[in-house]
Amino acid sequence: MTMHVLHGGRDGLGSPSPLARLAPSRWDVVALPLVLGLLALLVFGGHEVAQPLSQLERTPITLDPWTLPYYALRTTLRMLAALGASLLFTLVYAPLAVKSQRAGQILIPALDILQSVPVLTYLSFTVTFFLGLFPGQVVGAELASIFAIFTSQAWNMTFSFYQSLRTVPSDLEEVCTGYHFSTWQRYWRLEVPFAIPGLVWNMMMSMSGGWFFVVAAEAVTVGSTTITLPGVGAYLALAIEQRDLGAIGWVILTMLGVIILYDQLLFRPLVAWADRFRADTVQAEERPTSWVLTMVERSTLFRTLGRPAGGAARATLRWRLPSLPKLPAPRLSPRAVRMGDYVWQGALAVMALYVAVHGIQFMATGITWGDVGHVVLLGLATMVRVVVLIVLAAVIWVPIGVMVGMRPRLAAIVQPLAQFLAAFPSNLFFPVAVAAIVHWTLNPDIWLSPLMILGTQWYILFNVVAGSQAYPVDLRDVIANLRLRGWKKWRDALLPGVFPHLVTGAITASGGAWNASIVAEAVSWGDTHVQARGLGAYIAQMTTDADFPRLVLGNVVMVCFVVLFNRLVWRPLYAYAERRLRVS
Amino acid sequence: MNLTPKSLRAAPGAHAPADLATAGVAPHGASSGPRPLPSGVPILTVKDVCKRYDADPDSPLVLDNVNMTVDRREIVALLGRSGSGKSTLLRIIAGLLSSTSGQVSVAGKPVSGPANDVAMVFQSFALFPWLTVLENVQVGLEARGVPPAEMRKRALAAIDLIGLDGFENAYPRELSGGMRQRVGFARALVLDPGILLLDEPFSALDVLTAETVRTDFLDLWGDGHLAIGAVLLVTHNIEEAVQMCDRILVMSSNPGRVAAEIEVTLPHPRVRTDPAFRQLVDHIYGLMTRRRKAAPGIAETLAAGLSLQLPHVSTNVLAGLMEMVDAEPHNGVADLPVISSALQMSTDDLLKVAETLQMLGFAEVVEGDIRLLPPARQFAQAELDVRKRLFADHLLQRIPLASHIRRVLQERPNHRAPRPRFETELEDHMSETAADETLKAMISWARYAEVFAYDGDTAQFHLDAEEEA
Repeated sequence: MTMHVLHGGRDGLGSPSPLARLAPSRWDVVALPLVLGLLALLVFGGHEVAQPLSQLERTPITLDPWTLPYYALRTTLRMLAALGASLLFTLVYAPLAVKSQRAGQILIPALDILQSVPVLTYLSFTVTFFLGLFPGQVVGAELASIFAIFTSQAWNMTFSFYQSLRTVPSDLEEVCTGYHFSTWQRYWRLEVPFAIPGLVWNMMMSMSGGWFFVVAAEAVTVGSTTITLPGVGAYLALAIEQRDLGAIGWVILTMLGVIILYDQLLFRPLVAWADRFRADTVQAEERPTSWVLTMVERSTLFRTLGRPAGGAARATLRWRLPSLPKLPAPRLSPRAVRMGDYVWQGALAVMALYVAVHGIQFMATGITWGDVGHVVLLGLATMVRVVVLIVLAAVIWVPIGVMVGMRPRLAAIVQPLAQFLAAFPSNLFFPVAVAAIVHWTLNPDIWLSPLMILGTQWYILFNVVAGSQAYPVDLRDVIANLRLRGWKKWRDALLPGVFPHLVTGAITASGGAWNASIVAEAVSWGDTHVQARGLGAYIAQMTTDADFPRLVLGNVVMVCFVVLFNRLVWRPLYAYAERRLRVS
Repeated sequence: MNLTPKSLRAAPGAHAPADLATAGVAPHGASSGPRPLPSGVPILTVKDVCKRYDADPDSPLVLDNVNMTVDRREIVALLGRSGSGKSTLLRIIAGLLSSTSGQVSVAGKPVSGPANDVAMVFQSFALFPWLTVLENVQVGLEARGVPPAEMRKRALAAIDLIGLDGFENAYPRELSGGMRQRVGFARALVLDPGILLLDEPFSALDVLTAETVRTDFLDLWGDGHLAIGAVLLVTHNIEEAVQMCDRILVMSSNPGRVAAEIEVTLPHPRVRTDPAFRQLVDHIYGLMTRRRKAAPGIAETLAAGLSLQLPHVSTNVLAGLMEMVDAEPHNGVADLPVISSALQMSTDDLLKVAETLQMLGFAEVVEGDIRLLPPARQFAQAELDVRKRLFADHLLQRIPLASHIRRVLQERPNHRAPRPRFETELEDHMSETAADETLKAMISWARYAEVFAYDGDTAQFHLDAEEEA
């Protein structure tokens, strides 16, 4: 889907003649090389994927910095493919969950569980399947890797789309019904556009999550053999194995470049484009801009390419299924409907029971009650880490965030910086931590913990800055007028004002920390392995050992912890913040 | 209280009936636009329509046995207050809601689901913010599968007609409210509907803008530029109804019924200051206040018991109205239309306040007048303490819910009671939303009168600490 699909109507209205429309604009000077270059890279990368597996063995990963651009290309394409798959999944899954209440009863809890399962687990369970699809081909391994990245991206996008679909303004829905929109037309004219701002924001967050796990996802282990796909993640893994600090520096530099490119070429234009889909009808003072979007909109190249595509897409909106003779809708009594619900829920319960019994039987082949108790304790340890870290991060970032937010010019610099830092895969810095822990013989149970939140703490800063920017000016005047100072000023005026934003940021940070625990609680540097006691390290260990019963146990416990933590802590806190402390 | 609509008239009102065959906005296919109907068949017939609050057969009636017709070339108003079900009726006619019983026919065909021959203009404009003006106007045609070239031609013609020329590529957020509603009109008109449904289309606009859009629409209609069969306008603004319509159906509330039908034969353009215009407005005011039997007199309020719904009206507003009517030049009796225009307050809002005063035993509302009772005049001139005591007395005497809550609190040893206790009790008599509004009104009045207190954090009612001691 390009923006021309939904936005073709702007062209041509005031144009003098068809010939003038085709004359290149100065934007074409940039557009043409850019498009050709990207196309060439795409073809090159695609060609490399279509090789037999033996090719990989003949050209092992090297630490030569000049190979990094190539590795970056491969990784980038993988990320892009996963993002596309996530988008497709989102666009199908969420509508199903919304349109059918009964489907929603199973799809939404399933999503809740899927997003709490660590990425590595997906990889270890699916890799054989994907390799079997294309025996002896690189494509199979690539697909396994892409699927692993997909599992770190898709769920929050789907949740976002689901939330949007449920909050579509009712008057616009009435327009769709009253003006006889088809389901297809309603989807593209109302539901998808309404969801786009939230979806784009979540795509950016997904991308950040993806970068974090790409390191793990590029080494595909089956039994005793490991297939290493060329990519930034594999390069990093090799650098860690060989204790090459210089190479680590090069990776960090490369990632910096890749993320800036991604931001400029993909996300900035997307954000600027998504701005027009905001449902409120007031004109914002500052609207996001992007030179790429301007180029796409103004260059003749894109408009010429886009017009037929846009026209074809719009034509589908006029499609109508041949109208069937209308059957009288069966008017079910409320009792019959309720009976139907009972039957459906009963069937779901039976299915859940069946899965649970089989799962327990499977786990029972390799574990004892002692294992269960042990794993729950490990879960508690990880939970304590998450809670302590969130509190610490809040204590550090809230005062800074508020002060930054109150100074618009500073905020304009810090805001994108925080966003960038959140996108940066923090595990690139893990080797440094290991080196430090080994050097000073520190306790890994404590000193590995900060790594869990290294990447996601920025969401706290980001949201608090946004919150204090939104702090009403008149309330700030009141603070000055009443001469509120010190702790009183924070307790009575500032903290309650930014609290809802803090909770939003903390929810994101905590979700990320749980996910990161699996990478952050067990870190290596060459042959030095440092491990903290926790559920993340346990799952990582079981993945390496391919101990499937214990791996399942670890995941079940992890899912229970994350879901319960969300239900019992974050949801009530969020509801409270929304109800009591929302300013304006 | 059902007046059966009068028999069909050929061309009511003072418009020169335009020749529909030549009045088209733009060329259009045979599939749309008003089909020639056998003369004498109304474009819209509503027969014995009832609507209940929900599927439960015991739930309250929203519409009770409504009958009405709209003929070709007529503008008809459904005039009523909130709760009269006029918007519900409009949505049933549009096929957006289904009725519990009864039948609606548009152009002779029974309505089941969104009808082909109707187009609706919304109070909130309901434009797609991400589509340009042109695209917004085109969506209805797109839904009918009209080919792109014709779609564009027709949409541009409608945009031109409604005065939006030059704005084709603008996005709604770049437009003022008046311009946005013009887009709403163009989107409906481009379909050449047999009947155009207007759901309070001017009430979200400021007074001046509303007047401009209204008169522009009337001019187009009067000059026969619109290829629509008839117009049905839902409004709570009496003057708007008198200005625009050939016929006004006054609806009563709870449940909604057609209480009266008034033909308007004033020549166009109608001037608001014209004595005949004013007289008609006064007359309708009288009708709307006389027909209301739900809120008045002490006997009825007490008989209603806990089923009495309370409107959430601030005590500041109640006090303000009492002060205003008490003062010169009204001296205790005032004409509601006069107050409505002096305060720039909609009829609906003003009547709500006036009837709340009546419910509390502070005033009588009769035939479009409000007359303050002695306690109200005392209230208007009293200090805050006396005011609070007066208000508390009336609250406990007149509002059964107030005395009920207070009694429960006094009987309980800790003088506390959770909100849900009363919520469920109220929901036996009214919908969830009504129960919620009733409790909110109760809480804010009780806080002012200091008859009991409410703690929002714990959702508990309690007697004041002072009294407990």
